[in-house]
Amino acid sequence: MAVITYRQALKDALAEEIERDENVFIMGEEVAEYNGAYKVTEGLWKRFGDKRLVDAPISEAGFIGLGIGASFLGLRPVIEMMFFSFVYVAWDQAVNNASSMRYMSGGLLNCPLVIRGPANAGTNVGATHSHTPENLIASFPGLKVVTPATPADAKGLLKSAIRDDDPVFFMESTLLYGNEGEVPDEDDFTIPLGRAEVKRSGSDITIVAHGGCVISALKAAAKLKKEQNVDAEVVDLRSIRPLDKATILKSVKKTNRVLLVEENKPFCGVDAQLSHIIQREAFDYLDAPVHRISAVDAPAIYSPPVEKVQVPNPGSIINEVREILQIKA
Amino acid sequence: MSVSTEAPEKQEFNKGKSRALSKEDLFAYAGEPINKAMTPEAKIKCFTDMVRIRKFEQAALQSYQKGKMGGFLHLYIGQEATAVGTVSVMNEHDHLITAYRDHGHGIAVGMNMNECMAELYGKFTGCSKGKGGSMHFFAPEKRYWGGHGIVGGQTPLGLGIAYALKYKGVKGCAVCYLGDGAVNQGVFHESLNLASLWDIPIVYIIENNGYSMGTSQVRSSVFPDAGLASRAEAYKIDWDNVHGENLYEVRAKTGAAIERAHEKSRPTVLEIFTYRYYGHSIADANHQRYRTKEEIRHYQERKDPINVWEQILLEEKHLTEDEIKEIDKKAKEEAKESIRFADESPFPPPSEILTDVYHSVDNPDSHTNEGTIFFNDRLPF
Repeated sequence: MAVITYRQALKDALAEEIERDENVFIMGEEVAEYNGAYKVTEGLWKRFGDKRLVDAPISEAGFIGLGIGASFLGLRPVIEMMFFSFVYVAWDQAVNNASSMRYMSGGLLNCPLVIRGPANAGTNVGATHSHTPENLIASFPGLKVVTPATPADAKGLLKSAIRDDDPVFFMESTLLYGNEGEVPDEDDFTIPLGRAEVKRSGSDITIVAHGGCVISALKAAAKLKKEQNVDAEVVDLRSIRPLDKATILKSVKKTNRVLLVEENKPFCGVDAQLSHIIQREAFDYLDAPVHRISAVDAPAIYSPPVEKVQVPNPGSIINEVREILQIKA
Repeated sequence: MSVSTEAPEKQEFNKGKSRALSKEDLFAYAGEPINKAMTPEAKIKCFTDMVRIRKFEQAALQSYQKGKMGGFLHLYIGQEATAVGTVSVMNEHDHLITAYRDHGHGIAVGMNMNECMAELYGKFTGCSKGKGGSMHFFAPEKRYWGGHGIVGGQTPLGLGIAYALKYKGVKGCAVCYLGDGAVNQGVFHESLNLASLWDIPIVYIIENNGYSMGTSQVRSSVFPDAGLASRAEAYKIDWDNVHGENLYEVRAKTGAAIERAHEKSRPTVLEIFTYRYYGHSIADANHQRYRTKEEIRHYQERKDPINVWEQILLEEKHLTEDEIKEIDKKAKEEAKESIRFADESPFPPPSEILTDVYHSVDNPDSHTNEGTIFFNDRLPF
């Protein structure tokens, strides 16, 4: 298996899908000539030309709406958000229109569209640029949400997202772009949407996370093993909607304790839904209340050292695990 | 960029220069090649379709008042020549998309009254299985990409349809209708910029009926002397003004815009001056407070698109008074039959709430999705 970066894995997925299907094109701000604001599309414009890589003006509502309309006729637009926070200026298109078209037409049309880009805090860019809207988007039936944490997942899930016939919101993280990992060499490597993965097996507690928090959870789990001899199981959701309830519940029923970690804010976050599912479907297996760690419930602060405290990190995860397991520091 | 015919209709009326259509007006565009090429059958079909739209909506209004349907009902009555005239000059590679006043366009593209009426009734036999309602008629197989409820929301969708045609190398265009209220939505301006920047074959048609709901255009828009379409100048887009009561003029100017899209892959903005006799929707009971009865009567008596086309066809001797009566009668019967059909049709079963949400759920064999996608603890059915 080749070891490549998360960024390279995304780029490979895009290139392979562009080659595989003439209906796939990438549109967004700075995706072509500039090579991508975060270099995810670097080299693709030179390789595939103007038709497949389209630099759009700063008009998110305009070009997301364009993508939806184009998808009606069978094109498969992959729209890049420079930051996912920018999707808010296109809310009516990205959310209201994309989620409703198939339904309101009684299934007469489809919207095979991907909107992808980084959705993360922790880079000191202030509150308006630091949103993680996976909970908001996932609350709209009709939409799908995917949050890969590793290079392999980034590649396999992006290829599936592009082939999907429903609108998929593919949320990455600028903090993960440089991470390296093994990616299967097989020709057409894909991962189905809706399949979680146990990233680390354990027996004492289940930590459920998605996106960048998976990496923090894995770091925390390694330290917990080394310092406390606690064996934490880390479940990576990978896909928020569809959601792999079975893998979550199986793990919870095995460890009987669960900590939910997300970079989002706590109110109506993804983990609020998970918490409900776990109490309803695994109530008798729980030996402790379900705990959650989210970003501290305020807009993202700029101040670099303080923002580190605001978002979940290995230290805060370890502290919460100790609390659940009643381990004294 | 283009020729402005004259000051907008609404302003003209306000100035008291009410203008009856002279014979010269009626036939001003009859000599255009696109109209000269029109067969008598095609002319009669346009007349018939306009009458059918009106009879359909009159029947729908009665049913609405009897409590047969919910939600909104935005009537197109008074504007029929726009949908029928524009659709009559489209070919099999041209597509259309509109806002929520969408019944006329649906019938103009050939949707049948039964599926339309049943949709209004929320019945399973409706064009969208009762999932869309009045504002959301769709007929993709007729290249009609809907009825859209959010003002201006369809303007980038139409752009995307046209973009896809160009991408695929199809010599066609998208015709995207919007109301005069939608011209102040940001996404319309984004769409105009993109359309011009990328040479997209699209025709934006502003159906200016004078009012964005209850707010007249003079209270809602900075109104250039030449009309709202002239805003297109800012985007280097060709534009024109059209008198919406005259089907010949609608056809001539729409035809020119479509030709520009086909031959030069360039967008156009047309502003068609028209008028709705009823309120914004049926719920708009106040529509006689923001406009006068005299104003409504003026349009009904002098600018009614069906009457105008009738005069033209009588002059041209393509129709007789008796034939007109027969067309009227048939349309009424067809509308009545659609009421019967809708009345007798079943509502969708509650299980239908969960279909057509995701393609992958409805077509599990063609997808590799796993997991849970709906989050109902318990279904109420």
